[in-house]
Amino acid sequence: MAKTTKILIAGFGGQGVLFTGKALAYTGLKVGMEVSWLPSYGPEMRGGTANCSVTLSDTPIGSPIVDKPDVLIAMNLPSLEKFYNETEKDGYVIFDSSLIVKNDVRDDVVTVGIPATKLASDNGLDGLANMIILGKVIKETNVLTLEQVKNSLAQMVPAKKAELLEKNVKAIELGYNY
Amino acid sequence: MAEKVLMKGNEALAEAAIMAGCKYYFGYPITPQTEVAAYMAKRMPKIGGTFLQAESEVAAINMVLGVAACGKRVMTSSSSPGISLKSEGISYLAGCELPALIVNVQRGGPGLGGIQPSQSDYFQALKGGGHGDYKLIVLAPASIQEMVDLTFKGFDLADKYRMPAMILADGTMGQMMEPVSLELGEVKEYAKPWATTGKATHEGRNIINSLSLSPAQLEEWNINRYERYKIVERDEVMYEEFMMDDAETCVVAFGITSRVAKNAIMEARKRGMKVGMIRPITLWPFPKDALKKAASKVKNFLTVELNMGQMVDDVKLAIDCSKPVYFYGRTGGVIMTPDEVLNKLNEIEKGEAKQW
Repeated sequence: MAKTTKILIAGFGGQGVLFTGKALAYTGLKVGMEVSWLPSYGPEMRGGTANCSVTLSDTPIGSPIVDKPDVLIAMNLPSLEKFYNETEKDGYVIFDSSLIVKNDVRDDVVTVGIPATKLASDNGLDGLANMIILGKVIKETNVLTLEQVKNSLAQMVPAKKAELLEKNVKAIELGYNY
Repeated sequence: MAEKVLMKGNEALAEAAIMAGCKYYFGYPITPQTEVAAYMAKRMPKIGGTFLQAESEVAAINMVLGVAACGKRVMTSSSSPGISLKSEGISYLAGCELPALIVNVQRGGPGLGGIQPSQSDYFQALKGGGHGDYKLIVLAPASIQEMVDLTFKGFDLADKYRMPAMILADGTMGQMMEPVSLELGEVKEYAKPWATTGKATHEGRNIINSLSLSPAQLEEWNINRYERYKIVERDEVMYEEFMMDDAETCVVAFGITSRVAKNAIMEARKRGMKVGMIRPITLWPFPKDALKKAASKVKNFLTVELNMGQMVDDVKLAIDCSKPVYFYGRTGGVIMTPDEVLNKLNEIEKGEAKQW
């Protein structure tokens, strides 16, 4: 049975939306999946809305545009509001509960909040809320394993920036074990 | 097979151009194609090539003409409004019978338009953005692998037929990342005895020119060029057929739109609807024969495009209007969802859709 996971990551520009997607796509490639990564691009570098479609599949990918995600990663309230009801039945919605309050949840999707921004600042990992959420996504959805993502991050981060890798891995593990 | 790498379309295309032996790039930044120029700026000095950010698109295309006249592989890239500016130079390239590769990573128009993906420059690419009797070889990639393969192919075809070729991509193809193999094979070298490389390298004077004040001579030039175009139309058509064996409705779509349509077709098939697709890979030469052949089997056609209806005219011409042709399009940078295409397919099946 063909398995395709459509992931939509959405937030403000500067929150690491595109990099989170890249980590997923690159890991997918390394473990032999078909992958696509598509940003919705705006003219501004920071502050605008950013979202990123990632598809991981064991068969060739049709449209790379994710309009109904199996997994929604929402990093701010407008993103959650925009895409929550578009999420596929039996899908997953992971959001940053330090920035978003969500009371009315659907009973046909798994909705998980993690205070990623707060966890990041409490643990000296400012700016890495995205990686904390990524850890949680991996734990909840099993779309990739923790080992696989850690291995591919080691290849994505250049050797001379080893301290960055260490922090990213720490953030992912923090989210995974939360 | 070489290991696949994850690359952005714009960067993969630029690397493919370098691998095809292109050592000269002239351009001017514009979203969503700027990464092509940025990549060239980084790479060209390292391979002993030339990257030059021109003062304008008009300057860039004329620099392309200069290098092409010297017989070297050369490229420029832009997005829709920039291609309008380059159109005069493209006509001159065609008139001078010079090979070059022009890349259009389309965005919404007309005018300054927007920065989101579009396919609304189909007419511009196919029906002459510039003046005069000429054609461009127009290639429409639908994946990052094709951004690479068709760039490589585009340089080859341009040299082979001594005419400009265009990659007609769109914002999604430029911005998307997909795994890509950069194993592209040997670059085929073509003799260019016409190139202006100096009297030390060729007999007599080589003159590159598109001006003739003699109507009889200009007519002869044009007729000769169209004789060559016939060969291109005979030998170089590329298209993909998808689930066409038992199809009753034939979707026609290129580039990103074909991928959205593919999802809709898969869903339609699950519901027992017999839908297939012909995806032109070369927009010129257009896969007329494939469509004509399909017309003898299918009940109708649905053309899906990111514009107000452009390729649909060519579909009707290709099949001599022998079957109903329907159209679905979004424009301005909006991309249709697979559901929208599916709805249109349902309307057609129920006889509720209006023909183009």
